[in-house]
Amino acid sequence: MGELTGPQPHVAADAGWDPEQPRMGFFTDTSVCIGCKACEVACKEWNGVPDDGFNLLGSSYDNTGALGASTWRHVAFIEQPKRLSGQDAGYRQLRTGPAGSDTANVASGEALSGDRSKLGTETSQLTLEPTGTLPTDGSGSRQDFRWLMESDVCKHCTHAACLDVCPTGSLFRTEFGTVVVQDDICNGCGYCVPACPFGVIDRREGGKAVKNNGLAQKCTLCYDRLGEGMMPACAQACPTESIQFGDIDELRARAAARQEALHAAGNTEARLYLDDPNDGIGGGGAMFLLLDEPEVYGLPPDPVVTTRDLPDIWRRTAMAAATALAGAVAIFIGGRRS
Amino acid sequence: MTRPATPAARHTRRKGRRGEQPMVPDAEFTSYYDRPILKASPWTADIPAYLFAGGLAGGSALLGAGADLTDRPALRRAGRFGALGAITASMYFLIHDLGRPSRFVNMLRVAKPTSPMSIGTWILSAFGPMAGIAAAGELKWLLPKPLRRLVGVTERPAGLAAAVVAPAVMSYTAALIADTATPSWHEAYRELPFVFVGSACVASGGLGMLASPVDQAGPARRMALAGAALELAAEHQMEQSMGITSEPLHQGKPGMLLRASKALTIGGAAGTLLARRSRIAGMVSGATLLSASACTRFAIFHAGQESARDPKYTVVPQRERLAQRAR
Repeated sequence: MGELTGPQPHVAADAGWDPEQPRMGFFTDTSVCIGCKACEVACKEWNGVPDDGFNLLGSSYDNTGALGASTWRHVAFIEQPKRLSGQDAGYRQLRTGPAGSDTANVASGEALSGDRSKLGTETSQLTLEPTGTLPTDGSGSRQDFRWLMESDVCKHCTHAACLDVCPTGSLFRTEFGTVVVQDDICNGCGYCVPACPFGVIDRREGGKAVKNNGLAQKCTLCYDRLGEGMMPACAQACPTESIQFGDIDELRARAAARQEALHAAGNTEARLYLDDPNDGIGGGGAMFLLLDEPEVYGLPPDPVVTTRDLPDIWRRTAMAAATALAGAVAIFIGGRRS
Repeated sequence: MTRPATPAARHTRRKGRRGEQPMVPDAEFTSYYDRPILKASPWTADIPAYLFAGGLAGGSALLGAGADLTDRPALRRAGRFGALGAITASMYFLIHDLGRPSRFVNMLRVAKPTSPMSIGTWILSAFGPMAGIAAAGELKWLLPKPLRRLVGVTERPAGLAAAVVAPAVMSYTAALIADTATPSWHEAYRELPFVFVGSACVASGGLGMLASPVDQAGPARRMALAGAALELAAEHQMEQSMGITSEPLHQGKPGMLLRASKALTIGGAAGTLLARRSRIAGMVSGATLLSASACTRFAIFHAGQESARDPKYTVVPQRERLAQRAR
């Protein structure tokens, strides 16, 4: 089997599949996302993903929250008092108040109570109780405004921690190089959940009536559709081609060209995320063009697959085990009969 | 949104701090509506209980086998019953926590070195039956004659086999939780196996003291003392090396549990000195040591959960790493 870290150009062949089948994935170009959430809806519809609770989260137009067991596409909305490169938002000299993300959204972020790591999986226990006070930046007007939108999804990592740590072999690498849960094998141990460096996969909760309750669930990159030569439902539904589906090598080239075009047009903040096979996960099967730092969108700035350190973890564990054995011998031999 | 990574700027989640100073200088970081980037494990109290019981089982098997070879029947009995009882409890907690307990056996369809839970299940599968045969040796007078002879012949080899596997039982759970993206577990991976082995010795030494008379409990007292020293030293080293991700170990519920664990460990270890003369003292300090080990496991478990729920512990260390690489 393969390496735990570093570039891996033949990820499916490494798992024993036909080397002729190209690796398939997503390139999500957030610069053309209009926040319509067609991807979220198409994903739910096609894959029969149950609801994760109906909540108003007080975070711009995002009432979905996060990826989770029952949210496989999540559109993030960020309102910023910044310019989108050279654009003039038309707010100059107008008393518009500070930008949403700095006021109401801070307040609602504070007002949202419950376990926020359940977002995307089971949000019915979360409650939004406004505190009544809105923080302000004191300026009373904003000069610039931009609205970032990004459709997030499972990254189908080259080195996938969820797959590595799965003790049943339920999570597997498909012939398309994607990572998929086999619902009939998963026993719901939950190990993949804290293993994922992106917080994507989760164990579904919601009672026996809910499909696949108690099992780890995440995006399959529409494995069933791929097998029929179709594109994933989210990419099919995307009206602006913000979500592009295809051969990873081609998507990487397209992403690089798009970044170059945006830079040439003055959008110097455009940056690629998870396009590099030398990054901490060996590159993503889903890559992104972002207009701000990854953490602004709720993405980790430098994700690393935990199993990169596993040889070292096992070494330290063996040392500790040896210490226990030697100590046990010593306490019986060393001590007098007492 | 950007918020300073200072406890003062936070709301209710920080109210347990009571003026403690942050471990590292404040750092600004950005998050998406203060939401977690990572998912906290879906594990319940079953999992720290499983960590505790696994450690107790391994250490008890070592004590049981050693007592068998050095002719300490009461300590042997305590070790063997302790090993079987604790490993049974550990398996129960593990299975009970599954989303689909009836599918536990699916763990046995693969053996994956990249999955400490897979390796651990195989370790438990090897350990359990051996611990079972050794414990059956203590009850062989209840068995029909042919079975009694079979158990009589195999109890010692089985107990020794369990003792050989025991150190793996005591330590693999550290690899299990360290091999995650959960900041306060992963960043602790260098010292965590030693903390867990130390804690296992504290618990099983405690059980040995609780359940065997003063003149046979010497190895149990020494195991508890050595375990306490190892655990406290490794914990200290761990807290130093974890950077900002050690914070959850010092605040809120996990902070309270870790302080309790340290106090109980020190108290119980001191008690082992009195336990050389008094059975009552042995029983009191034995119980103290058992609860110390339980507190350690719950503290580390909850610290990890808290670290996953706060984007600070994801973003700040990763930003530091990027800044270092850029230099």
